[in-house]
Amino acid sequence: MDMPITGNAAMAAADATNTLTPITLTPITLAEAMEFAWLEADLLDHAEYEAWLALWTPDARYVVPIEPGATDFENTLNYAYDDHAMREKRVQRLTSGQSVSASPVARTVRSLSRFRLLNADAAGCALRCSQMLTEFRRGRERFYAADVEFRLVRAAGGLRIERKVVRLINSTEALRGIGYIL
Amino acid sequence: MDTNLPMPSTLDALVQPDRARTTLYTDPAIFEAEMTRIFESSWVWVAHESEIPKPGDFKTAQVGRQPVIVVRDRKGAVHVHVNRCRHRAATVCEVHKGRTNSFVCPYHGWSYALDGSLRGVPYEKGYDGTLDKASLPLRSLRVETYAGLIFASFKADIMPLADWLGGARKWIDLFMKQGAGYPIVTQGEHRFRFPGNWKIQLENTTDAYHFPLVHRSFLTAADTETEESWDIMNKGGFVEDLGNGHSVMVMMPELVDLEEGLDAPIPERFAELAAELAKEHDDPTVRRIVRAVGGCGFNLNLFPNLGCSAAFFRVLQPISVDETEVRHVALGMQGGPAAANRARLRIHEFFQGPMGFGSPDDAEVWDRVQHGASGGPELWLMINRGLSHEEALPDGHRRSDVSAETGMRAAYGQWKRMMEG
Repeated sequence: MDMPITGNAAMAAADATNTLTPITLTPITLAEAMEFAWLEADLLDHAEYEAWLALWTPDARYVVPIEPGATDFENTLNYAYDDHAMREKRVQRLTSGQSVSASPVARTVRSLSRFRLLNADAAGCALRCSQMLTEFRRGRERFYAADVEFRLVRAAGGLRIERKVVRLINSTEALRGIGYIL
Repeated sequence: MDTNLPMPSTLDALVQPDRARTTLYTDPAIFEAEMTRIFESSWVWVAHESEIPKPGDFKTAQVGRQPVIVVRDRKGAVHVHVNRCRHRAATVCEVHKGRTNSFVCPYHGWSYALDGSLRGVPYEKGYDGTLDKASLPLRSLRVETYAGLIFASFKADIMPLADWLGGARKWIDLFMKQGAGYPIVTQGEHRFRFPGNWKIQLENTTDAYHFPLVHRSFLTAADTETEESWDIMNKGGFVEDLGNGHSVMVMMPELVDLEEGLDAPIPERFAELAAELAKEHDDPTVRRIVRAVGGCGFNLNLFPNLGCSAAFFRVLQPISVDETEVRHVALGMQGGPAAANRARLRIHEFFQGPMGFGSPDDAEVWDRVQHGASGGPELWLMINRGLSHEEALPDGHRRSDVSAETGMRAAYGQWKRMMEG
C-alpha cells in the first residue's frame, strides 16, 4: 500500500529499528483512518481471518447492537458483543466446517463510504462511515446497510481497533441468519 | 379461504400418528385454514407482563394474520385490540412498544382510548348524529394471563386459559423459578426470519435429536462444562406429551427444579459471577442466583406459538406458508444483581439470534427442510422416533426418551383436532 508518511508509518519505522528515539506524532488523519477501515473490510470479504484478528487491541469489543442509539452495550442485549475470545470463536466457527450455516461461508462484498472523523489526536480517533454489504449464499443475495463506528488507537505497528460498532439500519426488525462477520 | 379447506376425511390422509404429509409445509390453502382454525381459535401468547408494566404501556404483536396491540389501561387491566381503525382499516399504531394515552388513526384522526373505546371523530357533524361511537370500539380479543404470560384469543367461547394450559402449568411454574426469587423480566429480543413453514420451528423446540449434530459448532465453542451440560442425549432426559398439543423436553434432569440442589458445587464457569455476587449477597442467595442464571434444563412447547425454552421465550409467528418469524426473548431477574443479568445477556447472545452460534444453524436446516419439502407431496415426514418405547403415565400423558419425537406427535395430534374444527 502507498501510505502517506505520517506518524503511523514513522512509528512502524521506529519499531523496525528498535530505537527509543522520541517521535513527534501528528493526529490521525481521515485518510489514515479510512485506509485502515478499508483494510479491515477487505480482510473480512476475503476471509483473511487471522490477519483480521490481529487488527484489534486485546480489550477491544466488536458490537452489533439492536436498539438504535444504544451506548451501554454491556448491560443491553446485542446481536453480537465480542471480546477477543468470542472473536476467535467466531472465526473458528467460520473456518471449522462444523457450522451448517457457515459451510460454505456466505460470500460478501462490503463498500465503506461517507467517512467522517468525529475526533482525532495522535493517540486515537473516532471514525464513522456507512457500510453497504451484499451477501451471496445458496442462490440468494441479501443486503444490509449499516452505520459503522470505529474507535481506533495508534499502536506499535499501526492503527488498531479498540471498538467497532455496526448499527444496522433495520436492527429492530427481523433479520436473516447472518453466518459471517458484519 | 375455508373453501379450500381439506375435508376431515382428507386430514387422516395428511396426518397419521407416526407421520405427516409434506403438504403441511407447502400448501397455501392449508396455511390459510390454519390461520383461522388454529391461530384464531387458540390461546395465543402475545406478551409477558414485564413488557407493559405501567398504565399506558403497549406493544404491538400479531395473532395469526391479525396485527394487534397489547396495552395496559389506566386501571391496570390488560387489553388486546385488533390494530385496525373501525373507519377505513388503517393501523392505529406502528410502533413496536411504548407508552401512550390513546391510539389515533393517522388517516382521518379517529382516536381510541386505551380500553379500545372510540373517543374522538374529527368533523363529526358530517355524520348528522348517525355515528354510534359506542358500537365502534377497536375490536378486542379475550385476554387471560398465567404466571406473567399474557395470552389472547379471538374465540369468544374458548376454554379458560388455565384449562388450555392444563398439564403445562406445572412446567411454567418451574420455568419461572429462574428468576431466583426476583420477578422474571424481559431483557430485549432477537428477531429473525427463515424461509420455511411455522411448524418446522414448532417441532424444533422439543427436538433433542438435532442438538449434538446441528449445534456442533456451538458445543465446540462452549467451555467444557457447558459442553458437558449439553450432552443431552446421554443424561436420562425425556419428552412428555402434556395434552392440548403442549409438550416438554427435559434435557438436563438436574436442572428441572432450580430451587433444589442448592448445595451442589458452583460450576467453574460461574465462579467469577459467584465471587462478584458474594460481595453483596449471602451464600444461599448467591447459590440460588447462580443456579438460575443459565436457565432451566427443559424446553416447554406451548401450542401453537410459545416455547419456554431453557432460559428464554421462543415466539413463532407464521408469515406465509413458507415464511416464519421467530423471536428469542431474553429474560432476566427484575431488580436482581446487574452481574447476573449481564451473564444472562451474554449466554443469550452466544447461542440465540441471527448472529448467535446456534440460531443461524437452526435456520439453515429449517430452510433446507422447506426446500426439500417443496419438491412434492408424495413422501412422508417421519415423526416416529421413540414411539416404540413410548409409555403412558398414570395421568394419561405419554412419555418417551429425550430424543423421541413425542412432542411433534403431540403437536400434530392437536393440529389435526383443531383443523377438523
